[in-house]
Amino acid sequence: LSRDSLTEDDWDEIEEELLLADVGAGPTTELLDALRTRVRVLGVREPAAVRDLLRAELVALLQPELDRTLHTDPRTAEDGTHLPAVTLVVGVNGTGKTTTVGKLARVLVADGRSVVLGAADTFRAAAADQLTTWGNRVGVPTVRSDREGADPASVAFEAVARGRDEKTDVVLVDTAGRLQNKAGLMDELGKIVRVASKVAAPSEVLLVLDATTGQNGLSQARVFAEVAGVTGIVLTKLDGTAKGGIVVQVQRELGVPVKLIGLGEGPDDLAPFDVEEFVDGILG
Amino acid sequence: MFNSLSDRLTSTFKNLRTRGRLSEADIDATVREIRRALLDADVAVPVVREFTAAVRERALSSEVSGALNPAQQVVKIVNEELVDILGGATRPLTLAKTPPTVIMLAGLQGAGKTTLAGKLAHALKGQGHTPLLVAADLQRPNAVTQLSVVAERAGVPVFAPHPGNTSEADDPAADAPLIGDPVGVARDGVAYAKERQHDVVIVDTAGRLGIDQVLMQQAADIRAAVNPDEVLFVIDAMIGQDAVNTAKAFADGVDFTGVVLSKLDGDARGGAALSVAKVTGRPIMFASTGEKLTDFEVFHPDRMASRILDM
Ligand SMILES: Nc1nc2c(ncn2[C@@H]2O[C@H](COP(=O)(O)OP(=O)(O)OP(=O)(O)O)[C@@H](O)[C@H]2O)c(=O)[nH]1
Ligand SMILES: Nc1nc2c(ncn2[C@@H]2O[C@H](COP(=O)(O)OP(=O)(O)OP(=O)(O)O)[C@@H](O)[C@H]2O)c(=O)[nH]1
Ligand SMILES: [K+]
Ligand SMILES: [Mg+2]
Ligand SMILES: [Mg+2]
Repeated sequence: LSRDSLTEDDWDEIEEELLLADVGAGPTTELLDALRTRVRVLGVREPAAVRDLLRAELVALLQPELDRTLHTDPRTAEDGTHLPAVTLVVGVNGTGKTTTVGKLARVLVADGRSVVLGAADTFRAAAADQLTTWGNRVGVPTVRSDREGADPASVAFEAVARGRDEKTDVVLVDTAGRLQNKAGLMDELGKIVRVASKVAAPSEVLLVLDATTGQNGLSQARVFAEVAGVTGIVLTKLDGTAKGGIVVQVQRELGVPVKLIGLGEGPDDLAPFDVEEFVDGILG
Repeated sequence: MFNSLSDRLTSTFKNLRTRGRLSEADIDATVREIRRALLDADVAVPVVREFTAAVRERALSSEVSGALNPAQQVVKIVNEELVDILGGATRPLTLAKTPPTVIMLAGLQGAGKTTLAGKLAHALKGQGHTPLLVAADLQRPNAVTQLSVVAERAGVPVFAPHPGNTSEADDPAADAPLIGDPVGVARDGVAYAKERQHDVVIVDTAGRLGIDQVLMQQAADIRAAVNPDEVLFVIDAMIGQDAVNTAKAFADGVDFTGVVLSKLDGDARGGAALSVAKVTGRPIMFASTGEKLTDFEVFHPDRMASRILDM
């Protein structure tokens, strides 16, 4: 009978670590079952070696081989029209969408690209002002409606059209926060995507997930992916104590890579997602 | 697939043909299902541990083994224990004997504080009060603008002597770690309310992380400056395991007196409610249930228990 030398308490401790990181009960059980099997098969005994195996399992789950670059190169249509690279930023309320747009603009400008912002959140109080502040700081124009409650799809259209006409490299479109169980608001998002696509289809649709989010994050990702065709995830607020483990399930189920992480409220607090660092954070 | 906890527990008990005492194995299987349901609802691990231990003890008692339908009996016990932690009866806002009543809002970034400020003002105005909103978030871009818009929608005045973080502000320190003097704004806001005979003052503050010592100290300083009758901790119903760290940090930092659970119009199960109530012992007073001014209600512990258990 082959036995491992880890006590049940050791196993409980590993389980707890994963649960506390919001990996979720289901995936945690699967991970531990797989790990127990490997530990038995490989005859591993030392706790440190078991942790290495766990780390490797987690890293593999997060698919380090996925393409995590941001696609922000403009194109030229067959008729010679300049088509800006459109990035649409979506997600539930308060996750950090507008802030992420501001940070992204900063990165792109630093990279020598021309950028236009589109304030397609016409709903939340002062949302367009907030985005305009970010735009002004970075030195890029913001297309917005003067009218509160204007059609967000029209604003997105105008922003992309301006990017086309002015031969801008990238148009970043900020959208209103919406909960994924609100059919009307999700339809509105679908419309924003369709209408913006009349000028240029988005090359990136970034779903902003807050690292403090628990198991609901999976439901968010499913619905937003379905409605808006998410191409990447931005995991914000990783500067806090939350680990953001929900993205393990999200990536596994949807195959959409986490591309960026948010590490603060400042313009430079955006970083590429690094699988190994992230896993070390979970097992930290 | 059994979706609700009731279904799962009923299936756990399915093979139980004989009446009378449940075996310890039966109880353990049941407790495992409860544990799983709570974890899926984002109840914090330490809270789950304590909770399931309490339920297990009660489930082992004659109260269950003697019951006609042990599964239903266990569900009932779980429900009772949950409601007990969530708080049996809700507490109304504490109003100051000598006005103005000062209400301070605090919480993580994006939790729903500014939106709540408008909702509270609107509701209190409807009850005949004369609330004043105070813009003490000078940090987040255009937070002052946002609160001003919210105030206008609610039909209440706003005290906003500092524009906060805007691109128009010629504040050379706009990119500096801390902008303006939110403590001074909060203090002046209360003085202004006294002068103008506003009987309620609602102080909106910047979002901050539990581990941000500088900003947590700032929140503590605001608290000390305005001596609030209520400090409401606003927490997003979608939050996961971090609820415990965050709730503890805010309990230590600003010693909040009540909790508001926000974004309950979503489909998150909201286990954080249980975590926060258990860990801090502070009552959950209100639920925020949407983006509109009127999407605001008194918290119902029994509804929340059913929601967490998915029943
Ligand atoms: N600590 C921290 N705070 C962040 C981060 N990203 C955004 N925030 C803060 O989170 C709050 C909400 O950010 P927003 O960018 O307004 O979020 P949003 O998703 O646009 O919100 P809505 O448009 O209202 O849905 C603000 O206070 C931001 O400063 C981050 O990575 N870390
Ligand atoms: N669906 C829903 N959205 C809400 C609720 N409460 C607030 N929101 C939204 O959540 C987002 C953040 O709300 P805010 O009131 O700006 O949050 P805050 O805590 O003041 O944020 P910071 O000041 O950046 O820390 C906005 O999009 C609000 O409209 C709610 O109960 N339900
Ligand atoms: K973190
Ligand atoms: Mg926004
Ligand atoms: Mg606010």
